[in-house]
Amino acid sequence: MQKSVVMEKAKKNKALNLNNKHEPSTNFKNQFNLMRKNRDSYILMIPYFILFFAFTILPVIASIALSFTNFNILELPDFIGWDNYTRLFLEDDIFITSIKNTLLFAVITGPLSYIMCFVFAWIINEFPSKIRAVLTLIFYAPSISGNVYFIWRIIFSGDRYGLANGFLINLGLVIDPIQWLKDAKYILPILIIVQLWLSLGTGFLAFIAGLQTVDRSLYEAGAVDGITNRWQELWYITLPSMKPQLMFGAVVQLTQAFAVADISINLAGFPSVNYAGETVVTHLIDFGTIRFEMGYASAIATILFLLMIGVNKGVQRLLRKVGE
Amino acid sequence: MGPKRVNRSFGGTLALFIFIALVGSFMALPLIYIINNAFKPLHELFIFPPRIFVQNPTMDNFSDLFILMSSSWVPFSRYILNTVILTFFGTLGHVIIASAAAYPLAKHDIPGKNLLFSIVVLSLMFSYNVTAIPNYMIISWMGINNTYLAVIFPAWASSLGLYLMKQFMEQIPDSLIESARLDGASEYKIFWSIIMPNVKPAWLTLTILMFQQLWGTTGSNFLRSEQLKPLNYALNQIVQGGVARAGAGSAVGLILMSVPIIFFVVAQSNIIETMSTSGMKE
Repeated sequence: MQKSVVMEKAKKNKALNLNNKHEPSTNFKNQFNLMRKNRDSYILMIPYFILFFAFTILPVIASIALSFTNFNILELPDFIGWDNYTRLFLEDDIFITSIKNTLLFAVITGPLSYIMCFVFAWIINEFPSKIRAVLTLIFYAPSISGNVYFIWRIIFSGDRYGLANGFLINLGLVIDPIQWLKDAKYILPILIIVQLWLSLGTGFLAFIAGLQTVDRSLYEAGAVDGITNRWQELWYITLPSMKPQLMFGAVVQLTQAFAVADISINLAGFPSVNYAGETVVTHLIDFGTIRFEMGYASAIATILFLLMIGVNKGVQRLLRKVGE
Repeated sequence: MGPKRVNRSFGGTLALFIFIALVGSFMALPLIYIINNAFKPLHELFIFPPRIFVQNPTMDNFSDLFILMSSSWVPFSRYILNTVILTFFGTLGHVIIASAAAYPLAKHDIPGKNLLFSIVVLSLMFSYNVTAIPNYMIISWMGINNTYLAVIFPAWASSLGLYLMKQFMEQIPDSLIESARLDGASEYKIFWSIIMPNVKPAWLTLTILMFQQLWGTTGSNFLRSEQLKPLNYALNQIVQGGVARAGAGSAVGLILMSVPIIFFVVAQSNIIETMSTSGMKE
């Protein structure tokens, strides 16, 4: 490398500036200079953030705004104040059912799927890499197997050829086949089982990856410090080192638990018997894509938004306290 | 494998193995059932008591499926091409622009980065259903409705990728970047030839996630021309045929699930390999 000393020095200065822990820049001009100095950083960020603004931030704002209007896509929206919201909570009985179903569903599948993700990832990580690869595949496969709801329709089919009925009849536990997906009292439990089966997805992978990147020397140091078994190791070393992944996993699993819709539509039908499988999202789909009441659908979307953000924020606060 | 584990009792490992094998069987059962159903002759699909495992395997379901495919209005290869285009460009573009945006957020001290990142984190906390209606209108305004871009652009803007990349990039030692800067590398070069090779496990993971999401797309609302419809849509149309197509339906299920699973198996071995060899120690 043959560079002039001056060039070298200039580069070095630039490098230092890029990373300077900036002296508290109280005024706007400093801020602006800092931004200009780091022009390259912003150029790298621009393509993503333009799209992110167009497809995430703008839609949320639009959705909140539209929720105060009467809008059918064909005509311009007209402002109607809180009417959509009063109609949702005071007149729409099915919406109340959908909220109840969604909350019940989320309270069960959210925490349970979260615990499953971590426990299985942790156990899998205890084994040598070959076994680990096979086990990871087995547990992760359902979540990426795509549109396989039809197999659950066969398993819970209402005739004698369905696996569940065939099994029970064969054992003599029931005489007539049970109409699993047509009976309001079985629909929600079946949806919960299928959702749990499908839920070892992104969160699970994050935990697997997280467990593998925990610093090995911590475990050796722990052994010297008197940790004598894997359970203590889990509690004192693994969990604290994985806090970032644990928070991320919670967000993924909870958001998924509140967004449930496809399973319900594919298994219980749309609309489901007696609205036993109606969730906030299926209700939103009903008004948004079938009835074209976009203002009303936007109000449902806004409620869903607040519900998801509220619960996630609360849980984050809770998790942050763990291990402190 | 890495260094030997400390603090492991054989009995404990055995108990854990038995437990995970039992749960694993339950997880695998529906998928095993699909594989078997795809090879069952029709009379075995409707048998009492129902069996999970096939007795006389046959390829009839697949030949039925090919006959159905060849009678479709649009050549079937077109559906496959559409899915390949959507999946390839959607995944590649997202991995690149999300990584490019993640690098400054992770490693540069610039004004506004904390605000931007906390908005991204906030956006992880709600699902796409919340924004579905305005998204449809925005795509129409942009004039990309009923084109590939209507599926590809929103995929590029997914917040999960940016989040994952940023988290992994933060673990890269600053000294690596500093020394590249002293050698005169530009920020773009540092991103492409220092950062990206060092976060290979992260972008492989991201590739798996995006691939899976795009492979499963039916493009329902946005791709209305038959010529633009993806494979998943076409195959689902075949399954809609009901009882008469129970066999072909199972064959469809097997095809749809095998591709993401094979993709994952290939990429997973890669991840484990990079994880064990590319330990980022200071």
